[in-house]
Amino acid sequence: MMSFARYIARGELARALDDMARGRVAYAPRREGDAVVFRPRAEGEEPLLARATVPPKGVIFPQSERLFAFIREKDPNDPGRTTVRLDSTVDIEPALIFGGRPCDARGFHIFDRVYLNGPYRDPYYAARREATVVVTLACTKAGSTCFCHWTGCGPADATGSDILLTPVGGGDEGGFVAMAVTERGCAVLEQANLPEADAARMDAAQAVHAATQAALDAQSPAPDLSATPARLLERFSDADFWRDMSDKCLSCGACTYLCPTCYCFNITDENDGGDGMRGRRLRSWDNCMSSLFTREASGHNPRMGKALRLRNRVGHKFSYYPQLHEGVVSCNGCGRCITGCPVSVDIREMVVRATQANEETPNA
Amino acid sequence: MPDAITPQAGVHATTLGTGFTDNPYLPDVATVLETVQETPAIKTLRVRIDDPARMESFRFNPGQVGQLSLFGVGESTFVINSPPTRMDYLQFSIMRAGEVTAALHGLKPGDKVGVRAPLGNWFPYEDMRGKDIVFVGGGIGMAPLRTLLLYMLDNRADYGNITLLYGARTPTDMAFRDDVQEWLGRSDMQTTLTVDQAPEDWPHRAGLIPHVLLDLAPSNANSVAVLCGPPIMIKFTVEALKKLHFADEQIYTTLERRMKCGIGICGRCNIGTKYVCVDGPVFTYAELKDLPNEL
Repeated sequence: MMSFARYIARGELARALDDMARGRVAYAPRREGDAVVFRPRAEGEEPLLARATVPPKGVIFPQSERLFAFIREKDPNDPGRTTVRLDSTVDIEPALIFGGRPCDARGFHIFDRVYLNGPYRDPYYAARREATVVVTLACTKAGSTCFCHWTGCGPADATGSDILLTPVGGGDEGGFVAMAVTERGCAVLEQANLPEADAARMDAAQAVHAATQAALDAQSPAPDLSATPARLLERFSDADFWRDMSDKCLSCGACTYLCPTCYCFNITDENDGGDGMRGRRLRSWDNCMSSLFTREASGHNPRMGKALRLRNRVGHKFSYYPQLHEGVVSCNGCGRCITGCPVSVDIREMVVRATQANEETPNA
Repeated sequence: MPDAITPQAGVHATTLGTGFTDNPYLPDVATVLETVQETPAIKTLRVRIDDPARMESFRFNPGQVGQLSLFGVGESTFVINSPPTRMDYLQFSIMRAGEVTAALHGLKPGDKVGVRAPLGNWFPYEDMRGKDIVFVGGGIGMAPLRTLLLYMLDNRADYGNITLLYGARTPTDMAFRDDVQEWLGRSDMQTTLTVDQAPEDWPHRAGLIPHVLLDLAPSNANSVAVLCGPPIMIKFTVEALKKLHFADEQIYTTLERRMKCGIGICGRCNIGTKYVCVDGPVFTYAELKDLPNEL
């Protein structure tokens, strides 16, 4: 199936995308001020190929969504009493995400392990994931804060995607090699009636993958993070280390909202009007850097202070999640938490120092 | 966010289940049968799930918890403190502490609540068969112990000596009065009550739980200790049990955390790699010692 590959000439991209997205809402990068965000694309619209500043995770995991509505009704037999009806109907929109990068698509894989294959299956996520085709664009450049190659991801990683597009050639002569990664990817690609990618173009795609990988390696050679899960646990009680690392942090949570793998959420209730007769239960993205995240009704907070919260954020991505998921790190190295941080907290520095610091003082 | 579903082209309006068994976020609607004001701060709710088939097939193990919710207010986690041997209703005892608990205190018989249960792990009551059991409860921490204790009393022949030490700050802070009266009168268990501040007519012990426990000095031989209470009580009770030569593996307790989903997804109740909602709330002291120190 991996050999199922088609070629899209540069001038054919919008048309091919229309065909692939038939019956679906296609989300593609769009520039809004300084940001590049995923928005529904109009038919025929030439897609922006720029890397989005905000990942597309909201298409499958909305920033806020209704779990159910509650409707209270007066009991016809006893008007003093009310009954409650719950309505768990949700709108599931067949969608296609175009132009996310490998770090974005791999984010869905990080979700899948928790939302689809954990002790409970999340029906909301499952329905949207099932309804969404992910068409990913391989990277041709190493951004200055990119470190996907440290984390098991990479500039042509197809994990989490249905189709991987690789730009080949230049200018009007150029185009894209489109490789189907899943059965669904095959079917969607078939809809576009495209020529097969020949051997020369397949070789060209391979060369692009290798060149981007080489550029990333040259920019920041990947450190050995195999001992990081254990090292972070050893650093757990090193209060000085975490205070030092979190000194600048404002606890604003921009890092969590911009992260393609951050999957924590809150559940809250909302009422229509003051009589409490109708309302809904919502789940919304939450932010582990907020003190309210773990504060209990008694006032006790196991993560009092930003140092303890940052410790959990880094620990979760580079120690706890990998320990629970066959070594898979729940950070794809997209670097958005670095570029989006108002005070330039750098997760690369924290991970490297946590890993190395103990080497210098093995008995610490 | 509109509730009315107006399908656009291609959009499927999909109903994701009708109850907890097919959608883990969807509560079963239940009715409050009875309430008991246990102490000034603790109120007990006895509820039945409205769907008779669901209530009939409801199974759980002692120590498991549920998310109890008031629609329009929110959800909180409480242990089911009635035992699986008594299924006329599910009982939850709520200490008033925040918004949801304050609203739950206002409920009357006939009112509707949501129940997502059972959640979490349980006391290994099958492995405890044939052993002597030492229960040590402090304050609202008596609730999870009540489930296991009543289960054991309902299967009395399966267990050895049963000792209960229950402490509260003052006599009025002591919950489950009817139960406690019955337990004091039973010859097949030893019940000791203690309060931090005893009025003159108090016929039981006075003093902190760990001190009274050292005085009672239960044997560690073929025994398990089951503790629940505020963190400071747990800390010093474990120290007392260590003095009595209980091994870490012989000591069981339950943890509390702020929880939302209760099903291991929402990401806030972890201690290192363990999620209290699915890997807990019951842990042995040996397991707790292996966790990062973030209690």
